[in-house]
Amino acid sequence: MLSGLSCLLFRLENAFYELAQAYYHHESRVVKAHRDHLNKTTHALLFVRHQFKVAFYNELKQDSHTALKHYRQAYLHLHELRITDYNLLEIKTNSCIVNFKICKLCFEHNTPLDAISQFRRHVDIYKSKIGTADLAFEHSAWMSKQFAVFGDLFEEAIRAGLTAIQTQHPGFYYQEAARYAIARKQLCRGLCPAELKYPASDPLAEADKMEYYGQRPWRQGHQSLEAPSVQKEREGIQALQYRECQVDHSWLVIPLLSSAIAQFKKYKSPRMKRYLVVQMGEEYYHAKDYSKALALLGRVTWEYRSERWWSILTNILQLSLRCAYLVMSFEEYVTVSIELMGRYAQVPREEKIRIQMNLHKIFQDEVPEPEHGCEHDSVEKGRALWTTISAGGKSRSPIVVEMNSITAFVECKACFTADSFLCESPVTVKLGLHSFAPMPIRFSQLSVRFSNEAYNQFGIVVDENAVDDPIESTSYLKPGQTLWHTFQFIVEQDDVDCNLSIAGVDLVLGSLEGCCATLRWTDGGGDAIVHPFATQVHRKKVALNADFSVVSWDVLPSNYSTHISPREANLDVQLLQKGPALVNEFYLMTVSITNTEVAQISNVRTSISVVTAVADAVATAQPNTFLYEDIDLPCSQLISMPLLEELKPNQKVDNVAYVRCVDSGARLMCIQVSYQIPIDISGKMSMCNCMKEITSSIEVCEPFNITVSLTNMKFEKIEKVQLGEAFLSRMEVKCLSPWPVALQGSSLNLAKLVKFADEESLSQLTDVSLKQNDCAVEFRCLLSSGQTPSEIDIGSYSIEWRRVQNGAAVPFASTTVSLPTVEAEPIPLSLHVDMPAYGHMKAVLPLTYLLHNQTPFVQDMEIAMESSEAFMLSGHKQLFFRILPDSQHILRYNLFPLFPGYVTLPRLRVNMVRYSGVLDQLLSSVVPTHIFIKPFEKKVSA
Amino acid sequence: MAVCVAVIAKENYPLYIKTLPNENELKFHYTVHTSLDVIEERIHSVSKNTNDLRELYLGLLYPTEDYKVYGYVTNSRIKFIIVIESTNATIRDNEIRSMFRKLHNAYTDMVCNPFYTNGDIIEST
Repeated sequence: MLSGLSCLLFRLENAFYELAQAYYHHESRVVKAHRDHLNKTTHALLFVRHQFKVAFYNELKQDSHTALKHYRQAYLHLHELRITDYNLLEIKTNSCIVNFKICKLCFEHNTPLDAISQFRRHVDIYKSKIGTADLAFEHSAWMSKQFAVFGDLFEEAIRAGLTAIQTQHPGFYYQEAARYAIARKQLCRGLCPAELKYPASDPLAEADKMEYYGQRPWRQGHQSLEAPSVQKEREGIQALQYRECQVDHSWLVIPLLSSAIAQFKKYKSPRMKRYLVVQMGEEYYHAKDYSKALALLGRVTWEYRSERWWSILTNILQLSLRCAYLVMSFEEYVTVSIELMGRYAQVPREEKIRIQMNLHKIFQDEVPEPEHGCEHDSVEKGRALWTTISAGGKSRSPIVVEMNSITAFVECKACFTADSFLCESPVTVKLGLHSFAPMPIRFSQLSVRFSNEAYNQFGIVVDENAVDDPIESTSYLKPGQTLWHTFQFIVEQDDVDCNLSIAGVDLVLGSLEGCCATLRWTDGGGDAIVHPFATQVHRKKVALNADFSVVSWDVLPSNYSTHISPREANLDVQLLQKGPALVNEFYLMTVSITNTEVAQISNVRTSISVVTAVADAVATAQPNTFLYEDIDLPCSQLISMPLLEELKPNQKVDNVAYVRCVDSGARLMCIQVSYQIPIDISGKMSMCNCMKEITSSIEVCEPFNITVSLTNMKFEKIEKVQLGEAFLSRMEVKCLSPWPVALQGSSLNLAKLVKFADEESLSQLTDVSLKQNDCAVEFRCLLSSGQTPSEIDIGSYSIEWRRVQNGAAVPFASTTVSLPTVEAEPIPLSLHVDMPAYGHMKAVLPLTYLLHNQTPFVQDMEIAMESSEAFMLSGHKQLFFRILPDSQHILRYNLFPLFPGYVTLPRLRVNMVRYSGVLDQLLSSVVPTHIFIKPFEKKVSA
Repeated sequence: MAVCVAVIAKENYPLYIKTLPNENELKFHYTVHTSLDVIEERIHSVSKNTNDLRELYLGLLYPTEDYKVYGYVTNSRIKFIIVIESTNATIRDNEIRSMFRKLHNAYTDMVCNPFYTNGDIIEST
């Protein structure tokens, strides 16, 4: 439904559109047809008119390109007309309209360069066409309008998506518009006398009902080169001048300036923006809105000052001073005066003297002289304001002038005479004041403020002399001279080891009781803005303790921060220890403190801490060194010793502490001792805090070298163990400690898959004492109980030990190594031999082989017992049998030894049919090959 | 002929400004000062884009109704600014260039003076 309606609307719209287009097309054809009958010499004016009409119809027809073409034609024809004083206004008015159309269409066609060049041509053509000299302001007004309108068009185009650049944007056009508006104002002032009367005949009466734009109402439709009536002409001009006088020009200029400011701000031109702000301030000044002007000018002075454009700054300040006078802004007046008297203000000396006299006057509660160049009636108002205040007898409230933000006539440099002071010696501050004023000046009070306000009392100088008394005194500053003040004081104990700085300097101008201004420097004054960049680079550094009176003011140092360092400690602190320490032991250290001061010291606090290098601290997240105040107490990284109430001169105290290190290497210990000592500071006894800090290094080494290896039951080294078969672990402990070490015992901490072969396995290293390079070895018999072949972890081995010399005072330390991991392999058949340790000649030696099938299958076995000449043998020589899964078969033999000594046993060959060949090697590590046979007893004859 | 010549320090404070004697000197101070906006912008855009040697001559900075302002920046960021009247159509770009080159040479000679400290106001006799 809805879509049907909109479809109908669309069709209706199109129908109307076509109708309208046809109509406008027709109309323009009519005009064109008419034009063909025209003759260029006689109908020059109509040529313009027709082109404009055609263009306008085309524009309505929405054919803007054709419209533009015809507008351009119209503009050309217009330009071809002969210009006289009498038709100039008409031509300018019309060209203004045509130009506006062209520029607008160019911007719409997105050809901004065409628009700009059209506008430039337009301005260049008419810039010099001023017309009647008496109405020159009209031309300026027209020019101003051209620029303002083009600026608006440009801005509109930007809003529609055009991008402008820093050197081509609407701001320039607004700025020009403002410039012409200012020119218009000046021309108006020059051309229109104030006593002008509006002519009685009222030549402008018809102005609203005129047939053609731009014609004079008093000679409508007149086309000749001469004026029809001189009298009428003069009255007309007079009427226009009268009207111009009624215009408030400043309110034309200010909006243009503010549009321009907004544009320049947008296109990153801060300086241009600032210049325009100054112009705006000037315009407000002309509009007699002095406080607004003062505020605007105050906003931009900072930048000109920091960029050191003194000429511009001086100009702004002079204007500000006038404004400040006229609105009686006491604070601004004083601030600006102070700056204008300064050395960078480019003001003649006489002017500076005048400013100083005025400044002097206002601090005497007198009325200052008015500034030059002000409007007469404004001066009267201003003077009245000043008079009522000074006559009222009320003092003005004191004001504060921030000196760091202006370039004043008096400069201040405060400096500590050293980069650091000892707490028992007085701190010295030198403060210099240098005046650039043209005449001597007296200040009533100088005060230095410190970061700790307690010392402010030491930094005050008061001058009691009357302000206009030319007596030389503590704060009477002559031009070009430097006045030095020195302040000294003793710091309090709380400030020791702190930074002390000058927070500010206050200088009071005017009497403290009456009207006064405080000139306030933050920090120690000096050269924040006054000596920027370049001059500081090549300046020679003046030593802080030099004689400042011979140094030029500009190169004087300013040093407004100092460090209060503590008194030097006079204490002998040592860390007594016999290195190296052993890893993991509680290592005893003794801190020995001897008082070498002249007086008794008190509140002695000692602390020990481990110094961790920065790189180490990152690398090892876990601390590797622990400090213990006593063995039973918990460990920490910093321990404090018990507080010592007092320590007499030459008295010595020892304190002990323990350190335990979990790895080898050097450690750095830091010992801090702080105490208090009474000292005499300029006749006053006071407690002074001192601190002594030493560092001492401790070497830490490993006590043992423990090597572990595995062997089979025949003590042969093995790389692999067999599942279910016992093996031996061999631990060799080599002592590396330079001191004898007593081993208390050792223990094996076995992993899950390993167990002791016997029920109990006792340490073989109990109560053994080792010297350096001694070795102790022990064996433990183990069994791997796993079922599957794998890498197995055996566990860890640790020994308990302590130094022999320490005795029972120190607990045992423990050193742990982890045992190797080995590969455990399964065997299909395990063979166990049961036989006595030795045999006797010609006595039966029973021998039992126990074969155990480790596989889950029935195994076919074949065995053969080889004969040996050393034995007679009974049992199966050769046998085939089967062993069920996980069951045993026992082979029993009785041997009868024939020879004594270490003889070879008869060899048993076992062969599994399934695993033929592999068993031989396997069994050879298990089956004993020899046995010792004891010979016959020798009968000792009685 | 140029109506104003200025030498501006690296930190944008004026080292030397000379205008025609009968002109409104302050106006040119403002003109020179505001042209620093454009110079700064150009220096920035160049140093951002390439590390190549920068052309010292910046050309026409911006046109005003009455004057044309030309700029030139040395490698040590000393700025030279010349203001020409817009009506003066006889001076071509080449002549401006040669004027800047002469100014640069004069500046170099002055810096070579051992009694001149860098950054001081230039005094011309």
